[in-house]
Amino acid sequence: MKEKFITLTSTAIPLPIENIDTDQIIPARFLKATTREGFGDNLFRDWRYDVAGNPKSDFALNDTRFSGKILVAGKNFGCGSSREHAAWALYDYGFRVIISSFFADIFKNNALNNALLPIQVSDAFLQTTIQQIEKDSTTSLVVDLEKQFVQLGNQQEHFDINPYKKTCMINGYDDIDYLLDLRAEIKEFDLTH
Amino acid sequence: MTKAKTLFEKIWDAHVVKRQDGHPDALFIDRHFIHEVTSPQAFDGLRKRGIRVFNTQRTTATADHNVPTKDQHLPIKEALSRHQVETLRKNCTEFGVDLYDLGHAFQGIVHIIGPELGLTLPGMTIVCGDSHTSTHGAFGNIAFGIGTSEVEQVLATQCVLQYKPKTMKIEINGALGKGVVAKDIILYIISKLSASGATGYFVEYAGSAIERLSMEARMTICNMSIEMGARGGLIAPDETTFNYIKGRKFAPQGEAFDALVEQWKNLKTDHDSAYDLVIKFDAADIAPMITYGTNPGMGIKVTDRIPTTLELKEISEHASFTKSLEYMGLDAGSSLLGKAIDYVFIGSCTNARMEDLRLVADMVKGKKKAANVEVWVVPGSKQVEEQARKEGLDKIFEAAGFELRSPGCSACLGMNEDKVPAGKYCISTSNRNFEGRQGPKSRTFLASPLSAAAAAITGKVTDVRELL
Ligand code: SF4
Repeated sequence: MKEKFITLTSTAIPLPIENIDTDQIIPARFLKATTREGFGDNLFRDWRYDVAGNPKSDFALNDTRFSGKILVAGKNFGCGSSREHAAWALYDYGFRVIISSFFADIFKNNALNNALLPIQVSDAFLQTTIQQIEKDSTTSLVVDLEKQFVQLGNQQEHFDINPYKKTCMINGYDDIDYLLDLRAEIKEFDLTH
Repeated sequence: MTKAKTLFEKIWDAHVVKRQDGHPDALFIDRHFIHEVTSPQAFDGLRKRGIRVFNTQRTTATADHNVPTKDQHLPIKEALSRHQVETLRKNCTEFGVDLYDLGHAFQGIVHIIGPELGLTLPGMTIVCGDSHTSTHGAFGNIAFGIGTSEVEQVLATQCVLQYKPKTMKIEINGALGKGVVAKDIILYIISKLSASGATGYFVEYAGSAIERLSMEARMTICNMSIEMGARGGLIAPDETTFNYIKGRKFAPQGEAFDALVEQWKNLKTDHDSAYDLVIKFDAADIAPMITYGTNPGMGIKVTDRIPTTLELKEISEHASFTKSLEYMGLDAGSSLLGKAIDYVFIGSCTNARMEDLRLVADMVKGKKKAANVEVWVVPGSKQVEEQARKEGLDKIFEAAGFELRSPGCSACLGMNEDKVPAGKYCISTSNRNFEGRQGPKSRTFLASPLSAAAAAITGKVTDVRELL
């Protein structure tokens, strides 16, 4: 059973950079753990800390103005390596929603499989959101998965999600439970192919 | 009459165990490759549920990302890397999965050993917890990378839940110019489509320029499909494919093989079937390529200038573009030709097969590397290494001042001992130039093995055509 996701109201952290790849989200040298926990410490490691290990004050996650469970990022978020560790790191750090105008495929799947909701919005809504948070960091966003919208002030943006994935997130189900129920059919298929 | 289908659709539809409205397809997986980085949490999941691997015959494991490329007979020095490789060993023993471990004659980078051993065949569905699984598509199958939760699904049920992606055809016709090889073709395509241009699609590569390529060159192309966002890439199998597979260790042999070839000949897109998108390029327009930025879409012909912000398509790209050039220590609008480099890395699942090593050896035979560069040649597998030594390539490399190492992912990603130091420039035949990919603060220029070899000789970014 995964954590259930229904609605979320939270402030957000802006990261208006395009093509953020999973090597930035969690660099390869931190992929050596054999469990799922603890990756949040090294989330955005090389952007967050200098070589001596001191936090870089100009990076959004270290900027004391910003906080919250929502990350608002530039286009093509999560491209590159398929490492699910990227989704684990974001979740472990405390994020529950990523908003961007475009997501890489494998990342999107990995996020959905880990109770982390990727929300694809229009370019215009993304820009407005980023500007608004940068202007006033106490700005809250409302995410409603059931009704499929994200709200900023009085502006509401609808987002798409596959109905199956939506049900899984709302109920905390795993894909694997669905597949395990099909085992007899799969056995049959395996023998005849 | 049945509906005309693309090759992709034929293979996909033949593997759907269950299709249900509103659900992703339950897709049967013929071949599952695993490595030490993305599998431990999946095996843990099986243990927690108290289930075994669904069909161990369909899973093959190797250790590649964490392995040192020197003194492979000694225990791995770095404790966490060692632990990860040991965990793989333990899991494979416990669950009964075949493992080509360090020291085994078949060990190597997962995407190199699959085809080499005849485990990768046309018409299959193939997955691995690794985005470059797309490499295998060169044999006319559906191969794509998955996350660890999905690795667990496959281990537990031999299926993954997937939505059928859209299809794209990229057609390249005509003859390639002097000094232009497969790597240049794919870097050129990605530079045209951008790092996200094929997201949501599965790509089929076709056209006369593709048909003339060897299997190894086709693998280089399919390998980097993911670099433009595609789930994977495939090429219809033909005589070149069948000849490559024939006689390989785990490939069907004799009559069984001949019968399969007859079936494989049908693995073609029907004439009147429609792709969601078709893009065409002329092979003559492609030149030796190089990347200047921090994603693989930031590529140019080696003789071109780096663009300026004014030449970018979208304003929203400005900040990322500027950040990228700053990281690389390069100026917008400048030329890369003549730029001094510090390292040359010839390796990775993109370019570490025999053909790549032969190409490099031919180029450097009788020459010496420039004094300012360090050159690492890292074969993709133990078999490639053995063959290179058998052909005497090790002697050629040694005479040129190149170091021939043992197989592994090596400097493709900063996970093992082979790292490019901060601030240094490396011409690399690998597939990713992301910030820190080859080590913290390292700077990567992606290029073909031929261009990398030329740069090793001159010590700077070079138009390889001048040396041919
Ligand atoms: S060589 Fe590089 S890209 Fe290929 S599997 Fe290894 S780390 Fe991944």
